Amino acid sequence: MANPSIMDTLFQRSLEDLIKGIRLQSPDSSTPTSSFLCKSMEEIRREIKSTDPHTKSIALLKLTYLNSIYGFDMSWAAFHVVEVISYPQFPLKKIGYSAATASFHDGTDVLLLLTNQLRKDLSSSNGFEVSLALQCLSVIGTTDLCRDLCNEIFTLLSSTRIYVKKKAIAVVLRVFRKYQDAVGVCFKRLVDNLESSEPQGMSAVVGVFCELTLRDPEGYLPLAPEFYRILIDCKNNWVLIKVLKIFAKLAPLEPRLAKKIVDPICEIMRRTMAKSLMFECIWTVVSSLSEYESAVKLAVVKARELLVDDDPNLKYLGLKALSSLAFNHPWAVVENKDAVISSLSDADPNIKLASLRIVMSMVSEDNVVEISRVLINYSLKSDPDFCNEILRSILTTCSRNYYEVVFDFDWYISLLGEMSRIPYCQRGEEIENQLIDIGMRVKDARQELVRVARDLLIDPALLGNPFLHRILSAAAWVSGEYVELSKSPFELMEALLQPRTSLLPPLIRAVYIQSAFKVLVYCLHSYLLQKEATASSFAADGNTPWIENSAIQGPEGSDLATSELDREFNPRDFSPSFENNGHSISKLSTHKSMVNLLNLTEMALGPLMESHEVEIQERVRNILGVKELVKQEILDHSAQKEENSEKKESDASKIIELIYHSFSEELGPVSASAQARITVPNGLVLKDNLAELEIICGDIELPVSTSFSLGTLHSREKEVLSLDDAASNEDSEPSTESTSLLSEHYKRHKLYYLLERKMMPFPLIIHLPMKVRFRIIRSMISMIL
Amino acid sequence: MIHFVLLINRQGKVRLTKWYSPYSQKERSKVIRELSGVITTRGPKLCNFVEWTGFKVVYRRYASLYFCMCIDQDDNELEILEIIHHYVEILDRYFGSVCELDLIFNFHKAYYILDEILIAGELQESSKKTVARLIAAQDSLVEAAKEQESSISNIIAQVTKRFTAEAAEIGEHFPAERFSIQGYRYTDVDVCNV
Repeated sequence: MANPSIMDTLFQRSLEDLIKGIRLQSPDSSTPTSSFLCKSMEEIRREIKSTDPHTKSIALLKLTYLNSIYGFDMSWAAFHVVEVISYPQFPLKKIGYSAATASFHDGTDVLLLLTNQLRKDLSSSNGFEVSLALQCLSVIGTTDLCRDLCNEIFTLLSSTRIYVKKKAIAVVLRVFRKYQDAVGVCFKRLVDNLESSEPQGMSAVVGVFCELTLRDPEGYLPLAPEFYRILIDCKNNWVLIKVLKIFAKLAPLEPRLAKKIVDPICEIMRRTMAKSLMFECIWTVVSSLSEYESAVKLAVVKARELLVDDDPNLKYLGLKALSSLAFNHPWAVVENKDAVISSLSDADPNIKLASLRIVMSMVSEDNVVEISRVLINYSLKSDPDFCNEILRSILTTCSRNYYEVVFDFDWYISLLGEMSRIPYCQRGEEIENQLIDIGMRVKDARQELVRVARDLLIDPALLGNPFLHRILSAAAWVSGEYVELSKSPFELMEALLQPRTSLLPPLIRAVYIQSAFKVLVYCLHSYLLQKEATASSFAADGNTPWIENSAIQGPEGSDLATSELDREFNPRDFSPSFENNGHSISKLSTHKSMVNLLNLTEMALGPLMESHEVEIQERVRNILGVKELVKQEILDHSAQKEENSEKKESDASKIIELIYHSFSEELGPVSASAQARITVPNGLVLKDNLAELEIICGDIELPVSTSFSLGTLHSREKEVLSLDDAASNEDSEPSTESTSLLSEHYKRHKLYYLLERKMMPFPLIIHLPMKVRFRIIRSMISMIL
Repeated sequence: MIHFVLLINRQGKVRLTKWYSPYSQKERSKVIRELSGVITTRGPKLCNFVEWTGFKVVYRRYASLYFCMCIDQDDNELEILEIIHHYVEILDRYFGSVCELDLIFNFHKAYYILDEILIAGELQESSKKTVARLIAAQDSLVEAAKEQESSISNIIAQVTKRFTAEAAEIGEHFPAERFSIQGYRYTDVDVCNV
């Protein structure tokens, strides 16, 4: 960069020129704005080094502009700023100070150089120069600066020029914060200012005390009488607002003070026309004076005025005031119930959220049903965000403290089911957690739980909604776990194995399959038991097998069962199902229906035996293995149905029984710290570095997953998928090119190819995932070479 | 206290920034970006307060400009709305029917006026007359100082001004729209307080 020359001085662009120049840069002009700005910055860097004060300060002004509007860094110019501040001419000094205020911070090293200049300006006879220095100090004052200039500030606090005094008072706040010893020096003068009743200085002083009190209320309690005097006498609304804030902090510390100020505050509330002051009064009463019923009543009346106002600002503030009252004075909210509820459908999301918060704080055992009903109705009418917010707050409130407010779990579970069906619902995870949690903790609710789960599982439309997959997973688990409470296990089985379940992500599908396993085992178990019971009763009294008599009711069947097979199964599990679902079990347990069940299982799960998903494959093989075992026996039994069959326990029945017993073990909730409580056995190293595996397994290719689930929950998955697609689109050209070349070559030189080659028609290749395609191409090429 | 003041136009362009709390250069750009996104997308009938990263931001739209001030949780929002209105009224008196263009070209003057109203994030002067008087006094000081300089650069600058192109209002809609000063008044209801 060349040295500043006389040309720069003569032809320097002023701030106005710079601004005009920037505005002339239109989007379609040749020089874009950013390059114009860079050029201007270079100009400024040259100009600012000039010795001519005028040139320098114009450059600094332009730099300040670029810094504050466009965010250009100007910390390199710190020394120049100090120079400009030292010029005696007022306009230049002004430019320098505003640059300093905008760009200096605690880390600027040239700040020390500024001390003397500030000192000079603070003692200047020109009030405006003093004010410039004070303004600057109020923003950038560091500990050193404040310490060095403390005396000057002290002098200014009693200056005769009001204008200067005001600013000095405001600066005191910064000085106190940065340099604590100044408090001892300046505090008395500050208090003097408070006591003198000049209206102009009052605002500044009270502002400072307000800030100080916020940080440390106790220290300023002795000044309460002064503030009281101001409260009574002053007519300036701005000052009154500040004083009220101070009292809001002081009143809780001193009950006598509170008693004294209640009346004046109520008086102000009644009298004033200024809404901001009225709101401040309301807020003070609500936050600090809430023991005084009369004051609170008045505050509520005023808050209601705000609530019904059309101005959304006032409505929002009214709701805010009510929400802080809700805890101690619920009657206030109840009185204004209609206004709050109508705000739930307001256009402004802030207002809606505020009213929702109030409604949720009112929830108790008596009204939770009603409130939930009202809220669900609102959620159906609202946009997705608010709908989910409502659901989230209902879920959180009801599950607080282990479901403290819920006394009727049947109702709550049906509510959870209803929530799942709301179109915008995205709270799948929480609903899932709660369904399982309640199932584990509340035995009586399991019946209802199973019913709701069945409704969810049967509906094929729900399978397509990715947000509901977790809820469906919970429903499946619950159905499997408490299958003995289900009305129709057969129907459940069909629901769990329906073809649309292929839309589910693999892990959830695994849950479905496992539940199907449990249901199958249950059905098999009850069928086999009945068979044996029949066989024995058959042997015992030669009656017609009561299997075919579907009119047999619970008690007789269970008596029979318990008498004959007392020790071989758990009566607790068996009898309820009989008592509740007697006829359905007997309907189920016809031989034909069992065969159908097994066939269904085979048909639905057979194709998955070779699935690449480990979880699915394992479970499918389990269930099909058991099916194989049992199938033979069932078929045998059918042949021997008429004949005598001694009760011989075949292997299959034994296995079924074992599995059944393991499934009927009750699962309880596990505490979060349970894992930590288990001591690590000796010799088990948990934190091994697995980097060595890389050497062994580095070149093993992972198998390609060809199962794309259509309902992807995570956007990341979506991204990966789309990346794959994008990449595959790009690569389709070279791959088609290579395959077409290959096919050309093959056609021409077919005779010379050693191996018979099966050429896949290449349009189809495109539909395969990229990795598979590459494999094919690679194998083709390797076959040629 | 007020942490910062931002003036943004409807396209998200910054017209004025004043920071009363320490924010680094990077933090400043981040704040501006975030807030302009939040505020410019809010509809006209919604309330003027926004909760943002633990602070409250109070804003009001005058013609094509959003005046935003960021405050603590304890502060009174209506009071801040009044402060914004106070500032706009003073600007209006100073520039005579102020519009965005005035603020674009006289950004340093807008700063000086703001410095007379707020100091260290608190309200300094609630009387419009006093502020107007102070600004006028400072302006005359500045003019007096300038007249003393009859340097060549000034003369040349005067000459070349006539040939500089007029400001093009490219890409900005209604910057010359006057601010309408009829706001809902929350604090100063008594006329004699003016």
